[in-house]
Amino acid sequence: MSTIVLLTLTGLGLAALYFLVASGLSLVFGLADVLNFAHGLFLSVGAYGTWWAAQHLPGAGATGFGFVLAVAFGVVAGAVVAALVELVMIRPLYSRTIEQVLVTVGLSLAGVALLQATWGADPRPFPRPAWTQRVTDVLGAKVPNSGLLLIVAAAAVLAAILLFLRYTRYGLVIRAGVENREMVTALGIDVRKAFTLVFAIGGAAAALAGALGGVYFGSVSPGQGGSLLIFAFIVVVIGGMGSVVGSAYAAVAVGLLQQFVNYYGTSGAGDVCVVALLAIVLLLRPQGIAGKAATA
Amino acid sequence: MTDLDVAPAPAATAAPARPHRWAALRPWTPLLALALAAVLPYSTLQLPGVFDGPVNSPGTLHLLAVCLIFGALAAGYDLLFGRTGLLSFGHALYFAAGVYGTDILVTRAGLPLWQAALLALTGGATLAALLGAVALRTAGIAFAMVTLAFAQVGAILVARDFGGLTGGEEGLPLDVAGVPAVFVGVTNTVNLYWLALAYLALVVFVVHRVSASPTGRVLAGIRDDERRIGVLGLDPYRFKLVAFTLSGALAAGGGVIYCLLVGGASPHITSSELTLSLLVMVVLGGPATRWGPVIGGMLYMYLDHRLTAFGSSSTVDALPSVLSGPLSQPLFVLGTVFILAVYFFPGGLAGLTTRLATLRRALSRR
Repeated sequence: MSTIVLLTLTGLGLAALYFLVASGLSLVFGLADVLNFAHGLFLSVGAYGTWWAAQHLPGAGATGFGFVLAVAFGVVAGAVVAALVELVMIRPLYSRTIEQVLVTVGLSLAGVALLQATWGADPRPFPRPAWTQRVTDVLGAKVPNSGLLLIVAAAAVLAAILLFLRYTRYGLVIRAGVENREMVTALGIDVRKAFTLVFAIGGAAAALAGALGGVYFGSVSPGQGGSLLIFAFIVVVIGGMGSVVGSAYAAVAVGLLQQFVNYYGTSGAGDVCVVALLAIVLLLRPQGIAGKAATA
Repeated sequence: MTDLDVAPAPAATAAPARPHRWAALRPWTPLLALALAAVLPYSTLQLPGVFDGPVNSPGTLHLLAVCLIFGALAAGYDLLFGRTGLLSFGHALYFAAGVYGTDILVTRAGLPLWQAALLALTGGATLAALLGAVALRTAGIAFAMVTLAFAQVGAILVARDFGGLTGGEEGLPLDVAGVPAVFVGVTNTVNLYWLALAYLALVVFVVHRVSASPTGRVLAGIRDDERRIGVLGLDPYRFKLVAFTLSGALAAGGGVIYCLLVGGASPHITSSELTLSLLVMVVLGGPATRWGPVIGGMLYMYLDHRLTAFGSSSTVDALPSVLSGPLSQPLFVLGTVFILAVYFFPGGLAGLTTRLATLRRALSRR
């Protein structure tokens, strides 16, 4: 019993990480039709921003309020980088999907290399508050606090994004834009502002994933974003592109499946099962669990 | 179609300048370049700054052979991306199938090389046909994602070392006992160079023949407007599957030769980064052009190799650390060049000649 509880909660922790990356990807794809390979870079920026702030920013540190400040710095850095990328690199190329993909591919290559050049290819130890390194007893299972922190953060982000989409004017524009961009433009609304906003939100969520993922794994390395990104892509496709709720469902399904199969089967079998799930979903329901048709 | 006759030989640079005298020679420039490349190992030319040793030294020939293989791989990938308009992110899988297939069959199963190569080739082609049949049921971005996911499974299978076949993270050195003596050892690098050259010639020939054939015209039609091909009564799915399988088989063939050249297999060739760099090669060279992808692939591998040496040289180390750090990362330089190319040279290197030709015409008219 305690094993199942433990596996469920660690699986949900993994799902939380996937969701934080996938929510931004999904919104960006749904609204702007940009398949963003540079999203892993935003995650790395968040992780390295937090890591840097904990050592150099006055007032920030590895414990208590200082850690919150460090994470906030990382999240802001991720959001700013994402908004800049949208303004400078993606905006001149709107409605040229292939070129946008190519630019984000180039950006992901160059960005990771830049991080590697600045801070080295080896993993760096990540600042962690002491309480995240302890475990909590849940129904007899000893669950790491960092995993619980991820779940709480992802739930908060999901609630915040949903409230934002449902009750604000920009949320309305974004929802309408995902449904039919031409119509929104025809009504005289500047959708491009919403694009920048969506990029910033996605960048912030990915940066938060980077910071909390750093706490979860205990270290930060330049390649971390890329390996998470592939699973985030799978989550986005399964969930349905453009749907945040779909991403949440898919993230939970993928995280739990991966964790349980990796524990009960051989290591690595879970990852293969996730891809099999992707193939099945695409063949039976190409638009994903909840989303518009996934054909570009 | 912007099919341009740009040969990688020095003769081509002179060709546009005097169109009258060289016009008769132009159709033969690819053959001339091939002949030149074939006799290159007999020269002891020293090119300081370009290569470390003389042209016929094993190190230089090894680098050239890697460039040739990747030029051919890029040409094969262009059959999918440039000529059929299929954005596949899983091409590394079929290349890796060739490399690991050959390596495992020779080293673990003890088969002679020709049998292993044949099996790896057919295995890679079958894999491409099977996975393509599934992946091509989707289109556009979803297709890219599915191919990426399939390639990721390949990478996981190799890295986790299921069944103890692949050697996991350390890779699997090729057991040379099953390989003919002419392909073993540093002194025989020249034979591998010729093999790589022959492979490049074969891939270029196949890609050109296919794209000039009626099938190639259908593929170009699918790229431009798939629905219209369907309306004409042709089944786009079958044509796309043919392109996918052929491209995968060509990549597997490259894998066989790469395995011989490098003397084994390492897990980094299964990574999605290899596919991404193939994409970079094709776009840098010029998609759907005759020589663009080949030149792009060769140039990319050459720069990737040379920039590593350049980055650790004393000239770069003398620069302030803000500059020397990023410059020592080949991927940073290549990624930046790639982004600039997407903005400013959409046709790639092959498109550059047409752009320069219009510029020259405009200047000479004045």
